[in-house]
Amino acid sequence: MATDSADSVVQKDRSMVLQKNMIAEHFKRLERAPESGEPVVYTFVPGNLTELIRSFDALPLLPEINALQSGMRGKSKDYIAEAERAGHSEDVCTYVKCDIGMLKSGNIGPTGTKLPKPDLLLLSYTGCYTFMKWFELLREEYDCPTVFLQIPYQGDGELEPEHRKYIVDQIEADLIPAMEKISGKKYDEDKLKHHLGLAAEAEDDLVAVLHSAKNRPSPIDSYFGGVYYVGPIFSAFRGTEEGVEYYRELRKEVEARVAAGLGPVTPDGSLDEQDYRLVVEGPPNWTSFREFWRMFSEEKAVVVASTYTKVGGTYDLGFRHDPSDPLGTMADYCGGCYTNLNMPSRIDMLVNYIKDYSADGFVINSVKSCNSFSAGQLMMLREVEKRTGVPGAFIESDLVDPRYFSAANIKNRLESYLQMIDARRQRTAS
Amino acid sequence: MRCYVGIDLGSTTTKAVILGDDGGILGRGITNSRSNYDLAAKVAREEAFITARFGLLRQEVEAAAGTELLERLLKAFRMSQTLAQLERTHELIAAEVEHTVAERLRKSTLAVVEDMIRVIADEEVIWFEDPDPPARSDFFRDTAGSAYMRLAEERGDPAGVSFDLLVGLYDKCIIKVENEPLELGFSDHIDAALARIGDPLVVREAVEKAAGTEFDEVSCVGTGYGRARLPFPKEQIRSEILCHGLGAHAMFPDTRTVLDIGGQDTKAIQVDGHGIVTSFQMNDRCAAGCGRYLGYIADEMNIGLHELGPLAQKSTRTVKINSTCTVFAGAELRERLSLGEKRENILAGLHRAIILRAMSLLARSGGIDDEFTFTGGVARNPAAVKALRDLTEENYGDRTLNISADSIYTGALGGALFARREAQGS
Repeated sequence: MATDSADSVVQKDRSMVLQKNMIAEHFKRLERAPESGEPVVYTFVPGNLTELIRSFDALPLLPEINALQSGMRGKSKDYIAEAERAGHSEDVCTYVKCDIGMLKSGNIGPTGTKLPKPDLLLLSYTGCYTFMKWFELLREEYDCPTVFLQIPYQGDGELEPEHRKYIVDQIEADLIPAMEKISGKKYDEDKLKHHLGLAAEAEDDLVAVLHSAKNRPSPIDSYFGGVYYVGPIFSAFRGTEEGVEYYRELRKEVEARVAAGLGPVTPDGSLDEQDYRLVVEGPPNWTSFREFWRMFSEEKAVVVASTYTKVGGTYDLGFRHDPSDPLGTMADYCGGCYTNLNMPSRIDMLVNYIKDYSADGFVINSVKSCNSFSAGQLMMLREVEKRTGVPGAFIESDLVDPRYFSAANIKNRLESYLQMIDARRQRTAS
Repeated sequence: MRCYVGIDLGSTTTKAVILGDDGGILGRGITNSRSNYDLAAKVAREEAFITARFGLLRQEVEAAAGTELLERLLKAFRMSQTLAQLERTHELIAAEVEHTVAERLRKSTLAVVEDMIRVIADEEVIWFEDPDPPARSDFFRDTAGSAYMRLAEERGDPAGVSFDLLVGLYDKCIIKVENEPLELGFSDHIDAALARIGDPLVVREAVEKAAGTEFDEVSCVGTGYGRARLPFPKEQIRSEILCHGLGAHAMFPDTRTVLDIGGQDTKAIQVDGHGIVTSFQMNDRCAAGCGRYLGYIADEMNIGLHELGPLAQKSTRTVKINSTCTVFAGAELRERLSLGEKRENILAGLHRAIILRAMSLLARSGGIDDEFTFTGGVARNPAAVKALRDLTEENYGDRTLNISADSIYTGALGGALFARREAQGS
């Protein structure tokens, strides 16, 4: 999830400017937090309970967003080296190492402002074991209170009623008291409902944006552009007025592009002529993000759907935050994040995307230092190929460690894959 | 004569294949890729056109005078090319001596070099005239280089010229020889070759006919690791994965799985009944287990790359090599040697280790289906082939394993087929 697009994309839409300002303002507020007294809650994107945090007038801070931002800004290499000097091995998740390295280097955030210490570490464990270890390290560093919400893995493909109750109980018994303590405020259900209502409003608009990729040409790139689009809702702005405004604006812009028959804006301008419609599984590489994007856009390949843009919520599958059941809806949200889904559900999602978005192919970007995502991806590839008859491609890179991005190798695989699609098309045509 | 050209610009060698209108192969050429890709492509193409002309000669000469005369002509032609390259190397070294060597050493250095070049030239003549010559590298750089090193060691010190100086001169000049467009074409050397075999009239007539044939190059497709560097428009460039798939299909139409082990890529490819790729996997980030791995091991052992396989075949057992990293495997090799393990047994283990990596890619690409075709430079290595045969049998049971003697040209052949397919619109 990228959250600061305006300076890196050729054409600036109003939504981009909005996003840039929102992020900048948020980081300034975070920097002032020690003086203003606003409590700061560190939490992760999958399973983030931003509405609840906001209802206590606290500020969320998302370490993995900072890590990917550091990757995009060319700082992750040094941070990773710093973490490795501190004893973290080469195989550890590079988000963790980037975050730890940033902390050791003075904790200056991606926009250049100083990041505050956490008043609370809030971990919603949603299928990533590393998150747990990450916060253990941060707890060691900051010696602050920690709430660990145990979210049952959807091993059987759905969240059972007892799972839901288990999560709600933890929110009531552990999280709300902890939030009351750090904020000095009483839990206010009406305020929470208000934020949840705003969340649902923005979610509707986001889903409309994601669905717009069913058009030909697709007005958006659902992966490279998608990570910008999900930025606000995955980070600090779900359930806020600014978030609602951003998605309203974005939706308007996208609808205007559909009406004009335009494609998405890429690093090389508007991609109106689209030869390949692809689905992508796995996170992008952040250190060579533009180069990676270009490998697609130069070949006139557009991504029409991606799973990575669902790690912070599977809204396009129908989930909406529901103000009428505030705690239950938060439990549903945590359980339904992409990282918490089992293999068959992930396969179903890819298969449905390929069908619903009339994709010509799908690409798996397997990330070296993320086992939560990468384990089983080849099995997924075979299964999706079998069920759709659409061939898949497999490329390998990393999140924020530039050492694991081999441009020539990735380009070679991608080009070969697209030429393979061409050859099959010609075969079918003749 | 209408023809279609495919060029495969690999990390180690560059190959060219020329196809006729009917899809039959007219000629093939190969050269080392050197640091100048454009020139490598030019040389390989030139070589392919030379063999194409010899192909035209073949029928005429065979009918009139038998195959032996033709083979002699071909060898005489190669010798003429080699001697021309040697002469050019000599010129460049002499010029280099004039420019860079201290005056007091100049005369003795020039004398030693002249002596060495004369010996190499004599040895070349002997090699080319030998009806069953010992195996050696295909490239001038390697063959001349190994003779030069040997002679420099023998003759440098006694003449008061250091080995290092002599080797430095060669290293500097061989790069120039490789990177300048020498006249090595058919018309440049065919007369000298004819003269060397006694200029028989029947051959001369055929030569004139072959030399007079115009090749009309309809289209050309480039592929391989360096394809982006080829001076071709994008539409004329294909991924080597597609080219290897199609090339292997053309050589063995029942092929369903292709393994290509080249200099720095290993590719496992699945193709359908038309040679169209359906799935592929290739090595990522690291080139351990590719051709260069064997090159490195050969360097470590101080033997030629082409000697590795035959040596490994003499093994009595296979030493287990654990390292998948090339450099660590080198360390493991030295350790085993110091423990008294036989070279051939360690080599058998190293060959098995690289094929094990290929097996993993094959499994990931969808397994090994019948028939199975092995391509790329490493397919020329008998020990690698044996390891592949054994591991295929162990993991997948009985599979037909195809290896063409011309497997190194598979990618270039695929490229030429794409060129022809597109030009003919089929």
